[in-house]
Amino acid sequence: MPTPSRPPTVTDVAVELHDITMRYQAKRGRSVLALDEVNLTITEGQFVSIVGPSGCGKSTLLKIVMGLTRQTAGEVVFGPSRSHENMLGMVFQQPLLLPWRTVAKNMLISHDLQPRLPRAELDKRVAEQLDMLGLRDFADQYPSELSGGMQQRVGIGRALLHDPRILLMDEPFGALDAMTRDQMGLDLLDIWERDRKTVLFVTHSIPEAVLLSDRVVVMTPRPGRIAEVIDVDLARPRRLEDINTPEFGEIASRIRVLLNSEHSAH
Amino acid sequence: MKLGNTRVASGTAVDEAREPVRRPAAQAVRTRRQVPGFVLSWGLFLILIGLWQLIVRAFDVSIVLVPAPSDVVRSLVDGLQSGFLLDHMWATLKEILIGFGLAIGMALVSAGLITQFRIVDKALLPILVLIQTIPKVAMAPLLLMWFGIGMTSKVLTIALIAYFPLLVNSILGLRSAEPEQIDMLRSFGASEFQIMRRLRLPSALPHIFAGLDVAVILSVTGAVVAEFVGATAGLGYTIQATNFNMDVARTFAVVVLLSVIGMTLHAVVVTLNRWLVFWAPSRKEHARDL
Repeated sequence: MPTPSRPPTVTDVAVELHDITMRYQAKRGRSVLALDEVNLTITEGQFVSIVGPSGCGKSTLLKIVMGLTRQTAGEVVFGPSRSHENMLGMVFQQPLLLPWRTVAKNMLISHDLQPRLPRAELDKRVAEQLDMLGLRDFADQYPSELSGGMQQRVGIGRALLHDPRILLMDEPFGALDAMTRDQMGLDLLDIWERDRKTVLFVTHSIPEAVLLSDRVVVMTPRPGRIAEVIDVDLARPRRLEDINTPEFGEIASRIRVLLNSEHSAH
Repeated sequence: MKLGNTRVASGTAVDEAREPVRRPAAQAVRTRRQVPGFVLSWGLFLILIGLWQLIVRAFDVSIVLVPAPSDVVRSLVDGLQSGFLLDHMWATLKEILIGFGLAIGMALVSAGLITQFRIVDKALLPILVLIQTIPKVAMAPLLLMWFGIGMTSKVLTIALIAYFPLLVNSILGLRSAEPEQIDMLRSFGASEFQIMRRLRLPSALPHIFAGLDVAVILSVTGAVVAEFVGATAGLGYTIQATNFNMDVARTFAVVVLLSVIGMTLHAVVVTLNRWLVFWAPSRKEHARDL
């Protein structure tokens, strides 16, 4: 990764969500309100998690930010601080690697779609990226030869290759076993500490959200609304042991109470 | 107490309760040596040929009814040496290759249009499904009438027969890409064309090859049928001619050549499939993978 040109404590706005509403057409002319006037401002360089029960529209919200789904109403506004190129990168719940491409070629997919860097520079970046993700010896392997955790690492490397300003992650560790999941979370923090990209991280694991994030957005079930945004003031860099501290427990239980009360209200 | 393959030391009921229960490792269990499948099938094949030879010779069956395998081989060698069978084989092979190629081209183009444009899908697909219900061989006499006794009518019959299995499989294939994969590519700014090239086409390959496998055998059938209806050259034509002359050994020889063509084309498809679709798990659902 190249060293960032900006200090890690900038307070520019990375992205603002204004009254995002999403309404799906259901059967017999009825419609389902998935997201109801969601307002959120995300500061550049922050790690923000979105937690909520299944079906609260958190993944939909991420897809709207990515531009994969168009919202029914409302507006997504990206901060003006940098150019719009390389703005977004997304990591999905599944690795979604192309089975006919090697690990290195899978990472290069963004380049094949929109070439931005000279080939030599790119090969260097791929090598760095593979090193960082602990995949150095797997560049020429095919996805089917990799474990689930390694595949997801490739998915992360693929999203990071073109150095996006904002990284969107949709339950990226949801399909992994508990131990791999913890390790991946810590590795992600390592990578994030290097250049502090803005991260929008969807999960339904409360400890994961607290451990990783600067702020945790708690959402209500259908229709998805923001119940509360909770600041996580734990010191960085964080370690897995932090889970056992009283401060951590307090924040986690606050989120749990919020989620439970929202559940019972419906 | 019984535990599958577990061996329990024999003894009285009291002893049995005290004895530990042992489960031996795989190597300790004697396994019967496996005879490779191809040895078995070739063995059976040769036995059947031998039986055929024996019965024909033993009962002195007329060569006009059923020739012995040795007669068939002799006729085959003679025909190949004189170049007679090779000429006709080449005529039929040419028809098959052109007709099959035509079918592939048409099927891929129409599958592309049907999967990319909803309006084509809605307008064209019902008509194609309707046409598919027509037995294609029934069209062979018409094609002969329209396009004459030459190669064109054969090529078109073959193309018509091979087209539908290819079309159906290509449509399925082009629609087989996961929506999440499409989202992934779109998140990197992929255009529709790039999604087609980088995802839909490669994802379609395993399905297309399944279609090719079916269509390639059908196209051999199509060639024979088209030549039956009316031709001046080809193996189908030769079958009719030798039948008329009661040269049954030669008829059998032609059948052998037809199956050689079929097997060769099938082998080409299977090999290409393994080479091009290397990432797909190998499937063993085709009985013809002999």
